[in-house]
Amino acid sequence: MVAPRLRRLGAVAAALAVSALAGPPAAAEGRFITVASTTSTRDSGLFDWILPRFTRKTGIEVRIVAVGTGRALRLGERGDVDAVLVHDRSAEEAFVAAGFGIERREVMSNFFVVIGPEADPAGVRHRRDAPAALARVAETGSLFTSRGDDSGTHKAELRLWRSAGIDPRPHSGRWYRETGTGMGATLNTAAELGAYALTDSGTWGSFKNRRDLTVLMASGEALRNPYGAIVVNPERHPHVKQRWAQRFVDWLASPEGRAAIASFRVDGESLFYPASDTSTD
Amino acid sequence: MADLLEAFRTALRLILELDAELVEIVGLSLRVSLSAVFLATLVGLPLGAVAGMLRFPGRRVVTVLLNSLLGLPPVVVGLVVYLLLSRSGPLGALGLLFTPAAMVFAQFLLITPIVAALSRQVLEELWQEYEDQLRSLGAGVWRAIPTLLFEGRYLLLTAILAGFGRAIAEVGAVIIVGGNIAHVTRVMTTAIALETSRGDLPLALGLGLLLIALSIAVNAAAYLAQAVTRSAHA
Repeated sequence: MVAPRLRRLGAVAAALAVSALAGPPAAAEGRFITVASTTSTRDSGLFDWILPRFTRKTGIEVRIVAVGTGRALRLGERGDVDAVLVHDRSAEEAFVAAGFGIERREVMSNFFVVIGPEADPAGVRHRRDAPAALARVAETGSLFTSRGDDSGTHKAELRLWRSAGIDPRPHSGRWYRETGTGMGATLNTAAELGAYALTDSGTWGSFKNRRDLTVLMASGEALRNPYGAIVVNPERHPHVKQRWAQRFVDWLASPEGRAAIASFRVDGESLFYPASDTSTD
Repeated sequence: MADLLEAFRTALRLILELDAELVEIVGLSLRVSLSAVFLATLVGLPLGAVAGMLRFPGRRVVTVLLNSLLGLPPVVVGLVVYLLLSRSGPLGALGLLFTPAAMVFAQFLLITPIVAALSRQVLEELWQEYEDQLRSLGAGVWRAIPTLLFEGRYLLLTAILAGFGRAIAEVGAVIIVGGNIAHVTRVMTTAIALETSRGDLPLALGLGLLLIALSIAVNAAAYLAQAVTRSAHA
């Protein structure tokens, strides 16, 4: 039963091999910019929804390199990308202040959510806010998986621990597990361990391997997660495609871009909110 | 178990549907890895011949070095190539970062030692076996190289396929220097990493099975080519 399919695959592979060696380079010629963004925005599927709209309008292709916020800003500092779209306001402001970026524009936001096992052994569900919820996790010594990778979500998590007055790092390796990986890999680990974790509503809304994990806390100002877009400063890196990158950032903040962001839904649910909806808080 | 069955079903569906995006990803995987293998062969075979056949001081050191580089960690190669090709790096002006060329370069660095180390082994043994005979025919080391390359072609093909296997399967280097950009630098392994991080494990594993099938296809093609030339010589 498999044999004819395998044969077909063999034929396809052989044809591909020939065309691959003879074919043109894969990088399409033309107008494009490279943007460093976060795994959370990429994994949610947001870019697949909004980028074709921008490209159709402007003819500018946007190439997304999805890494943690820390690494995305580093790529910007080194001039490896034309713009960054990340979520760690203080790091973004430092990036602009150091002259690596032109200006920070807040373009959208979503919410961090505390997730954990349905049974909620630490009893975080009805705590008054996220720091209080995390304090319960620490008190009960329940497993918590942290990104541990200097990403925007990791930084936000550390801020929450600080407001809870707890330093989780001495407990690393015991109940506090630092995965040092992207959001998805950390959620896969949490699902396997039945652990608590901090993630964002965008990633969670499109994450498929949830097992018995569920959202236990999703509201409160401490959990707001704003995304900023910054064009890399051409004074530092003259090759930066400033005009096109600026056009992208402007478009994200324009009525059309905001509508595109707002209309992105997974299972009928909005995962990102354009800036105008949330910037007045 | 259900997950594994689901992955097999996904793999079959992917093959049967021949989704355009998947074909693009498979095509880029082959293009990048075959280019890297081609370049690694051009450099690795002569390197293996020199290390295996020539007598020079430090030859043992070279041998140990080549063998150690068999275990070169892809992520380290990726980092080195990234730092070279970064706009702030020495080759930044070329603008190669996040292009397939950068991925070829990284895989080339990764597998050249494999081709060189394995072919050194083959050529050294052949040289030990045939040196007297070839010398009596008046052939020095340099004249003997083409003869031994031809005599050892089947074993050398295995060395090259080992390089290909490493190239097509690695993710650590290409994800750093390629960036896993959709339609530009996304290959099988980075697509698998992406689907894993999206939590779509059946799709990730389905892609993985497809990658294995692809590897089987390439190796089967090499085996067939070998069998055909062998029977033609018999």
